[in-house]
Amino acid sequence: MTDAHAPRPFSESSPLLKWLAAVVVIAYATVSILPMLWIGATAFKSQSDAIAYPPKVLFTPTLEGFVDLFTVQTRQPHDFIAKLPPPSSWYEKLARDRDMVIAGPSRVVERFLNSLIIGFGSTILATFLGTLAAYGFSRFKVPLADDLLFFILSTRMMPPIAVAVPIYMMYRYLDLYDTRIGMILLYTAVNVSLAVWLLKGFIDEIPREYEEAALIDGYTRLQAFRKVVLPQAVTGIAATAIFCLIFSWNEYAFDLLLSNAQAQTMPPFIPFIIGEGGQNWPAVAAGTTLFLVPIVIFTIALRKHLLRGITFGAVRK
Amino acid sequence: MIGIENTSALANRAANKAALRRTRRVTGLSDRAIVWLFIAPTMLLLLAINIFPLIWAIRLSFTGLMANLPNPARFIGIDNYTDILTDEDVWEHFQATAHFVFSTIALQVLIGLGLALLINQKFRGHSFWTTVILLPMMLSPAVVGNFWTLLFQPQIGPFNYFIGFFTGAAPSSFTMIGSVDLAPWTIVMVNTWMWTPYVMLICLAGLRSIPDYIYEAAEVDRASALRQFWSITLPMVTPFLMLAVLFQAIQSFEMFDMVNLLTSGGPGSTTELVSITLKRAAFEKWETGYASALAVILFVTVFGAANVYVKVLNKVKQQ
Repeated sequence: MTDAHAPRPFSESSPLLKWLAAVVVIAYATVSILPMLWIGATAFKSQSDAIAYPPKVLFTPTLEGFVDLFTVQTRQPHDFIAKLPPPSSWYEKLARDRDMVIAGPSRVVERFLNSLIIGFGSTILATFLGTLAAYGFSRFKVPLADDLLFFILSTRMMPPIAVAVPIYMMYRYLDLYDTRIGMILLYTAVNVSLAVWLLKGFIDEIPREYEEAALIDGYTRLQAFRKVVLPQAVTGIAATAIFCLIFSWNEYAFDLLLSNAQAQTMPPFIPFIIGEGGQNWPAVAAGTTLFLVPIVIFTIALRKHLLRGITFGAVRK
Repeated sequence: MIGIENTSALANRAANKAALRRTRRVTGLSDRAIVWLFIAPTMLLLLAINIFPLIWAIRLSFTGLMANLPNPARFIGIDNYTDILTDEDVWEHFQATAHFVFSTIALQVLIGLGLALLINQKFRGHSFWTTVILLPMMLSPAVVGNFWTLLFQPQIGPFNYFIGFFTGAAPSSFTMIGSVDLAPWTIVMVNTWMWTPYVMLICLAGLRSIPDYIYEAAEVDRASALRQFWSITLPMVTPFLMLAVLFQAIQSFEMFDMVNLLTSGGPGSTTELVSITLKRAAFEKWETGYASALAVILFVTVFGAANVYVKVLNKVKQQ
C-alpha cells in the first residue's frame, strides 16, 4: 500500500502487525537457512579452517574440498614431492601444497552418474506411465475407478523398509540386485503413484470441450490425446516430472539396501566420503553442496506447484 | 481445494459422454481399448513391485527363513508375531517412535500454523521469504541427517557454539547426538526443522481459502480479533491442518533415512525407531521371517490408523 490515507480493505492487516509478522518470519527463515549456508561455506574451507575452534565464519575460500572430493590422493614425504616434475594443473598444485599426490579420480563421479541415470530413467518412465493412466482415469469410465486410485495411492504409504526384504530376495532371484535397471524400475513404481494423482488433477482441469471439438473434426481418440490434451498438460507434466526427479535424487533407503558397488547413488555414498586421518569435512560438504544445489534450483522453479506436489494433488490452490 | 471426492462425479460424466460417442462411428482404437492400454502398464508395475513383495512378506512372516543361509524356509506358524509382541525391546522401540511422532508433529503444527498466520499478513516480500522457508523440506533426508552430524560436533560444530554463546554453557559440555537425554530430542528437532515448512504451506492454503466476506461480516458484527480467530480462522483451517498431520504422521512413523544417518539409533537404542529395528533384523541379523512379521505389523498399523484418521477427517470436513 503506497497511499497511507486510503481506506484499507478488510483483508489487509494494520501496518504494525505486518511489520511484526515480517520480523518474525524473516528471523525464522534466516535461522532455518543457516545450516545449509554453513554447509555451503564449509565446502570452500581448508581442512584446518573446517575444524577450527571457535567455528570460523570468515575464512579464505579454497577449492581443496572439491579437489579432495573428486580425487584419490596419497600422502608423500616433502622432498619426494619436491623432486617431482611441476604440477600440470591447478588441482594438482592444490594437492601438492599439502604434501599430497593425486593418484586418480575418486568414485564420486560414478555415483553422480548413477544418480543422474537412475533419476532421469525413473522420472521419464514414471511420467510416461503416469500421464497415460491419469488420462485414462480422467476421461473414461473405469470400473472401480475410486478403488483403483486409492490402491495406487496406498502403495506410497508402505514403509520402504517393510517391502525391501521381499524386493531384495526377488531382485537377487531376477539378477536385478545392484543394477541400474532394477533401481529405475523400483523408483518408477514408487513415483508412478504420485505421477498418476498429480497428473489426473492437471488433466481434469483441461476443459473437455477442446477434445470433443477435435473428435468432431475427425480426430481419433489417440490423435486428440496427442495433439490436444498433451500440449495443454505440458506444465503439469513438467511439474510432475520434477517432483519425480527430486524423489529419485533424494531416495536413500532402497538404494542403501538394494545396491552395492554398481548402482549406488549419491545419498548412501556421501556419508562415506572420508579423507585421510578422520572425516574430511570440506570434501563431505563439497559433495553435499553439489548434491543439494540442483534441488534448491528445482524448488524455486516449482514453487507455484509445490503445494499440489506435496499433497498428491489433494490441495490445489 | 480438497478434491478427492470429485472422482466419481467425473467418472459419471465421462460415462455419459462416452455413451454419446459410441453412437458415432468410432475410428481408431475403441475407448475401452484405450483405457486398458493406458492404465494396465501402471497397474502391472505396481502389482509386480509393490503387491507381490507385500504378499511374499506376509508368507515369509510365518517362516523362520534367514535369507543369508541356503536352508529352505520352514513354516513356524505365528511364532514370529508372538516373539515380536512379547519382546520388551520392540515395545521400547515403538515407544521411542511414538515419542518421535507426537513431539515432532506437535512442534510442526504449532510453528507451522504460527508461521502461516504471520505470512498471511502479506507483508512486503512475503513470497520470497516463504520460498526460503520451504527449502529444507525438499532436501534429501539422508543428506540432511549426515550434514547435521557436522553441525552437532561438540567442538568444531556451530550448533553447540551458538547455544554456548547464548546460554554461557561450554560448547563441549554437551553432545546433541551422544547423550541419552538429548538424542531423542535431537532427532525431533532436525525433523521439525525439515518438515515445519510442509505444515506451514498447507495451512497457508487453508488460510487463503477463507473468503473475505466472512471476516467482513464478523467485522460488521464487531467480533473481536481473537473471536474471529477461534470461530472463523481455526475451524476453516482445521481440515487442511489435519491433512498435513496425516501425511506427516505416516512419514515420521516410517522415518528411517535421516535418523539412520544422524544417530543410527544410538546412543544405546534411545533413538532406535521401528524402521531401524526392522532394517537391523532384516539386513544385519538376516532374520528374514522375523523382519517380515515386523514389516507386516508396521504396515497394518500405518494402514489401519490412516483409515480411521481419514474417516474422522471426512467428518470434520462435512461440518
